[in-house]
Amino acid sequence: MTFSSIIIQLLNGLAAASSLFLVSAGLSLIFGVTRIVNFAHGSLYMLGLYGAYSLIEALGRTPIGFWSAVILAALAVGLVGIVIEVLILRRIYRAPELFQLLATFAVVLVIKDIALFTWGAEDLVGPRAPGLSMAVEILGKCIPAYDLLLIAIGPVVLGAVWLLLTRTRWGALVRAATQDREMVGALGVDQAKLFTSVFFVGSVLAGLGGALQIPREPANLELDLAIIADAFVITVVGGLGSITGAFLAAVIIGVAKAFCIGIGTVTWFGFEISFSKLTLVVEFLIMAIVLVARPYGLLGKPQAVQRIAADPVPPLTAPSWKVALVWVVLLLGVPLVADRYITIMLTDIVCFALFAVSLHFIMGPAGMVSFGHAAYFGLGAYAGGLLFKRAGLPMEAALLLAPLCAGAFAVVYGWFCVRLSGVYLAMLTLAFAQISWSIVFQWDSFTGGSNGVFGIWPSAWLADKTTYYYLALACCGTGIALLWRVLFSPFGAALRAGRDSPLRAEAIGIDLRGFQWAAFVLVGALAGLAGSVYAFSKGSISPSTISIGQSTDGLIMVLLGGVETLTGPVVGAAVYTWVRDAVARHTEFWRAVMGCIILLIVLLFPQGLVGGLKALFLRWKEQRA
Amino acid sequence: MLTRNNLLAGTAALVALALFGPAGAQTPIKIGELNSYKVFPAFLEPYKKGIELAVEEVNAAGGVLGRKIEVISRDDNGNPGDAVRVAEELLSREQVSFLIGTFPSNVGLAVADFAKQRKVLFIAAEPLTDKIVWDSGNAYTFRLRTSTYMQTAMLIPDAVKLKKKRWAIVYPNYEYGQSATAAFKKLLKEKQPDVEFVAEQAPPLGKIDAGAVAQALADAKPDAIFSSLFGADLAKFVREGQTRGLFKGVEVFNLLAGEPEYLDPLKEEAPEGWYVTGYPWSEIKTPEHTKFLTAYQAKFKDYPRLGSVVGYSTVMSAVEAIKKAGSLDQDKLIAAASGLKLMTPFGMVEYRPIDHQSTMGAYVGRIAVKDGKGYMKGWRFVDGKDALPSDAEVLKMRPKN
Repeated sequence: MTFSSIIIQLLNGLAAASSLFLVSAGLSLIFGVTRIVNFAHGSLYMLGLYGAYSLIEALGRTPIGFWSAVILAALAVGLVGIVIEVLILRRIYRAPELFQLLATFAVVLVIKDIALFTWGAEDLVGPRAPGLSMAVEILGKCIPAYDLLLIAIGPVVLGAVWLLLTRTRWGALVRAATQDREMVGALGVDQAKLFTSVFFVGSVLAGLGGALQIPREPANLELDLAIIADAFVITVVGGLGSITGAFLAAVIIGVAKAFCIGIGTVTWFGFEISFSKLTLVVEFLIMAIVLVARPYGLLGKPQAVQRIAADPVPPLTAPSWKVALVWVVLLLGVPLVADRYITIMLTDIVCFALFAVSLHFIMGPAGMVSFGHAAYFGLGAYAGGLLFKRAGLPMEAALLLAPLCAGAFAVVYGWFCVRLSGVYLAMLTLAFAQISWSIVFQWDSFTGGSNGVFGIWPSAWLADKTTYYYLALACCGTGIALLWRVLFSPFGAALRAGRDSPLRAEAIGIDLRGFQWAAFVLVGALAGLAGSVYAFSKGSISPSTISIGQSTDGLIMVLLGGVETLTGPVVGAAVYTWVRDAVARHTEFWRAVMGCIILLIVLLFPQGLVGGLKALFLRWKEQRA
Repeated sequence: MLTRNNLLAGTAALVALALFGPAGAQTPIKIGELNSYKVFPAFLEPYKKGIELAVEEVNAAGGVLGRKIEVISRDDNGNPGDAVRVAEELLSREQVSFLIGTFPSNVGLAVADFAKQRKVLFIAAEPLTDKIVWDSGNAYTFRLRTSTYMQTAMLIPDAVKLKKKRWAIVYPNYEYGQSATAAFKKLLKEKQPDVEFVAEQAPPLGKIDAGAVAQALADAKPDAIFSSLFGADLAKFVREGQTRGLFKGVEVFNLLAGEPEYLDPLKEEAPEGWYVTGYPWSEIKTPEHTKFLTAYQAKFKDYPRLGSVVGYSTVMSAVEAIKKAGSLDQDKLIAAASGLKLMTPFGMVEYRPIDHQSTMGAYVGRIAVKDGKGYMKGWRFVDGKDALPSDAEVLKMRPKN
């Protein structure tokens, strides 16, 4: 790279950072105050682009038309944010931690289909910014004038938000609520209004970030999920609640990406390294490095202990052997009466149930939320497939060795993760999952790259779908039983102690980190078992088994069923898989329908399905007594 | 009043209807179709319309084997695991005769392998990957669409003619982009051994940093660019490249960019002079295309996209295979599909017995802009059979069984 291209790539990076910063700043504000992991933030960004496109068409491609469209679009997105907050989130602030994630996930589904319905499937290429459509020459190279404007907008918005936070009463309240929202409430501040206003400001920032992109990016339906992961990464790398940190992180990641592209392919010691391909994962690499070095992000401070908004977690009740036995008998009997497809569907459900139970184990009782649990599911699937296909092991051996491989990865990843806590820990698990994903995705000669691995079918004696179902039931059922049993062992008790009070747990001599690390390895191995059973039931595996989508599915299953119950994840896995299959078959806009069903469950059962039904049952019993 | 006798009589009537009703009015032949409708809606909405048109025409003409046809569609979520499950559902619950469809390469390959395992016919509609008929080909899988290799090969003569020495390459980082790039490099090098590939950019699909990529390519000072971008990536690349003057004095080749799905959103910014493969729907005057176009526009009040042609031709292939087989027996269907010839809106195609690839062709031309819209200028149709490697090469790649 010459000096001039270094400068230009630096400017490119800064321009890209601008929109990323706006979106992340909004996310950071919302998370700081409400503690909601707002999945729908990317959808708000997407709506910003679509809104700006339509408004520019309506107002005309003049400077006034363009800029008023951008502002109006941002404000309109702010209103959408208010609607989401008032109609949905406000009703579930007291639900168990992370439950709101489920609601925002449903909102993503609904907004995506609304956008598809309103704006159609075709990409909408917006106009260039009037008056700024030309390029400016810097050091003999051209850069769009609009990019230079974007570079300026970033710091301007940073300054504005900083002033808002430090010089106004509203800002003081927001900062106070970020530190201790219960105290703010106790001092007589109307929390509902504060939350709504924060949601408005955060959404406006997301909408503005989107609207400003319209000359650079066509409005399309993939934008929501494309940006949300990046926005979370930036928020966490910068340090939660730190707007300046978010700016810094956005610049680092934007510039790093631009340089990866600028460097292109280089040859070191005879090895060809394509930095351009590194753009797939560079933000997650940066996040992993930052979090390992600085557990609270670049400018973040250790989180003040948050008093939990929800009631304390109820003690776990061991499942009764009799009930479990009835279920086992029922499940064994299904293939005798049901059609072939139900057996196939149940095989999927059984795999996902173990996946969800293993995730529940780590995020519920062990108190370590994982956003990247698909890593172990997917690596287990790949381990099984590759041991069978490349190492030539018999299918049965590959199936049973796969969990060990997934567990081995958990040994490494877990060692780093247990050193963190809260959302930082969750995001580090996501980073490791994404790094694993990108390696699998790129390593064509070994993992089959983006195509995956094919022809991994079970041995002849297991080829029959009913037989394979029994195998899946045996493997995954044993896994689930083992995890549940462990929860009531001294090991499980120690983990729960560590979740409820790390300080006291350490004080009575529990080596908490060691225990948590062991828990990581255990659930990693069992998620790997689920993955390998899944892989052999499909005959093929692709990188999507390690993707963010798969991790999210796991979270949805656990939360849907109820994170505070033992059987919740199993019910969640069954209901989610079954409903999705049924809905997708019967309606065209199945995502919106799915989203509405989840929202309904969220609003009716803020403890999840099993938690909610249990509460209903208890109340009914009390009334009878 | 509802008495027991009433009830019994009613039930008996229903049972009788269930048993004998369908025999009187032949049940339709069911064909199972799966695709990633929600993941690639821009291509697949027109595709679905193409399917509907084909089904309507076939049934209006009396169906096939004296029975009407019915296409049962499922969304595979763009995920191979889900695809295999819905394929199972189509076969075991809907009792479809065989499978058609799919879009992304990984889903296509997973379903192809599944078809081999279940020993059913699978006509892959859209996946472009070469592997589905070559490296991972199997006896049960046939592919309609002009593959990555074929489309790339179609552009090679123009590329060779230009005698450009320094080439830069940009492609979406997954199977399609990777194999397009590999094919292009190999084919161009054969024809023009002194060619030099000076830069290679592989942005993630749907997430290109277009400004940085355009700059990096410009830094390499190429004489020509080969790109396989499409969709939003293509639109961003075109805009940044134009603003930054990347395309000045540089010839650009771009697979797929002439398809209405990807060309039309660019509107007046469609990059003039680019060599592309695509579908100049308004200018094709062959009788088979005119017939298709008229019927399509009459039914949907919209013009067809390439997806429409693919959807339409896939169903027609399925129907012709059934007709030729004269039965729904899998072995007979496979035997019929191998070497099957049929008329599509793009003319006659043949599913080659050697590798089960259809010889569907594609249109090659250069982009121009008229009335604020991009179109393909000076296009020519290249028959698919002229863009395939030699039989010896194919046999070497394709597994024997």
